[in-house]
Amino acid sequence: MGLVDRGRLPAPLTKLFNIGRSYSMWVYQWGLACCAIEMGAAFGSPRYDVMRLGVIPLPASPRQADLVVVSGTVTDKMAPAVKRLYEQMPEPKYVISMGSCANCGGPYWDSYSVTKGVDQIIPVDVYVPGCPPRPEALLEGVVLLQQRIKHEDMGARWRGEGFKPIVRESEPIVVGGGPIE
Amino acid sequence: MTMLSERQQLSYIAAQAADARLNVELETEGMTLNIGPQHPATHGTLRIIARLDGEQVVWAEPSAGYMHRGYEKLTEVRTFPQVTALINRIDWLGSFANEVPFILAAEQLMDIEAPPRAQHIRTILFELSRIANVSLFLGDLGVQMGAVTPVFMAFRDREYVLNLIEGATGGRFHPNFDRIGGLKDDLPKGWLDETRQVMKKLRNFCDEIEDLLFGNEIFQSRTRGIGVIPADVARQYGLSGANLRASGVDWDLRRDQSLPLAYDKVDFRVWTHPDGDSWARCWIRLQEVREATKIVDQLIETLPPGPVMTKVPRIIKVPEGEAWVSTENPLGEMGYYVVSKGDLGPFRVKIRSASFNNISITPWVLKGVYVPDIITILASLYFILGDIDR
Repeated sequence: MGLVDRGRLPAPLTKLFNIGRSYSMWVYQWGLACCAIEMGAAFGSPRYDVMRLGVIPLPASPRQADLVVVSGTVTDKMAPAVKRLYEQMPEPKYVISMGSCANCGGPYWDSYSVTKGVDQIIPVDVYVPGCPPRPEALLEGVVLLQQRIKHEDMGARWRGEGFKPIVRESEPIVVGGGPIE
Repeated sequence: MTMLSERQQLSYIAAQAADARLNVELETEGMTLNIGPQHPATHGTLRIIARLDGEQVVWAEPSAGYMHRGYEKLTEVRTFPQVTALINRIDWLGSFANEVPFILAAEQLMDIEAPPRAQHIRTILFELSRIANVSLFLGDLGVQMGAVTPVFMAFRDREYVLNLIEGATGGRFHPNFDRIGGLKDDLPKGWLDETRQVMKKLRNFCDEIEDLLFGNEIFQSRTRGIGVIPADVARQYGLSGANLRASGVDWDLRRDQSLPLAYDKVDFRVWTHPDGDSWARCWIRLQEVREATKIVDQLIETLPPGPVMTKVPRIIKVPEGEAWVSTENPLGEMGYYVVSKGDLGPFRVKIRSASFNNISITPWVLKGVYVPDIITILASLYFILGDIDR
């Protein structure tokens, strides 16, 4: 993978790699609050069956995961643990923020102990609104993320350029927020 | 007995010394094991700090607060109708059950009562949320012991119940359906027939789980005789719900208390188990799902006609006073102590949630158990983090 490290990958090969990456995402189940149950329904139930989208929902540790779904309220006490878990994941890594609480604080917007949005501590790729969002909404978030991965410049990701800014240069996706690309 | 020769005596002493040296080498130091706050077995963000000697727990302490969202303070800045949208999310698996005690407390203060049809529908939805809550517990139980199949079955059959709740209330997860003085809406057409069918499916699910999980030898050996809580200890720690009934205490607020709910019109059995171990707690919950399906079936047959809402003022102002109402929620006793000063919103709300008391027994019950049993005991105690930390 030396070519990738130097960011010099032929375009057809990039496309091939991107297709491979987008359909073999290992997602770490980051159950925090109510949304964790809807995430469980999306990822662990026979009705919604996320594996048909090429997402594998059961890695044993964040060190084996590509994608993390922050599902639920992030409190100020939990925030350091969330950041630490995120930092354990290998690059390239993606974050879906699920539910109003993780997006912006949700119904706890005036609470003294809730972090108003997980994007204050880790960069977020896809926001899924809802309280909690239906499992279908989460699945759409996954599909939108896969579309983004397919158009990605792999060299930049491998050099870790997406890691530095808190808000990534590319706009985050909002499910139901209009077309992308 | 023959006298030992000097050589034999020396070799005996040498062997003793070697044994002693080995013991010194093998002596285990205390080790602190940190479980959580992000661990699949903790149902959220509970952190357990356990000090181990070898593989045995010497001391364990739960560290709560990772999901503290400040409900009691938030309710002070919300109006009474807004509070229900918030307190739905305390015990997020049985959301509707959280609203009922608060609404009953507010109704008690306003001195009004919901019409009988609304009381009936409230009770039906209460029991449906119990089924939705505890059926997931039954599936999750398998995961804690290494069996993944039951959780798929639980999610499959839980969807039917969620569909019912969604059909009646519009909210799949957090209904926010209860109003002061009644309900937001009547039941939709065809809902009762569908409920009957779903209750049959749920009883089949219970049979399946009983065969597949409770009849499993590994499951039995992992739960029987492990994490025993005697009745007096359970009472002292303030356990409630199935955890208390599993210790042999015949205590159920649905039966023992007369609230404006329809429990006095149905015939149901309160199951108790004398053992008080993990197995008993799991078994009691399985029976509770069965009883809940029977309660729903009976209430559907006797659903009275009439309105679902009494006359309440357009802008709800609750008169000055204090009220305490607690109900038998899926996790145990849940109560609200509402203090009103005659304003739009409550002056103070104290929330007594079941899981907080249920989890407080962990330092006692985890003392002396083996490390793998921590997970099964925690699973059988069955807490929800929102219910612990509020």
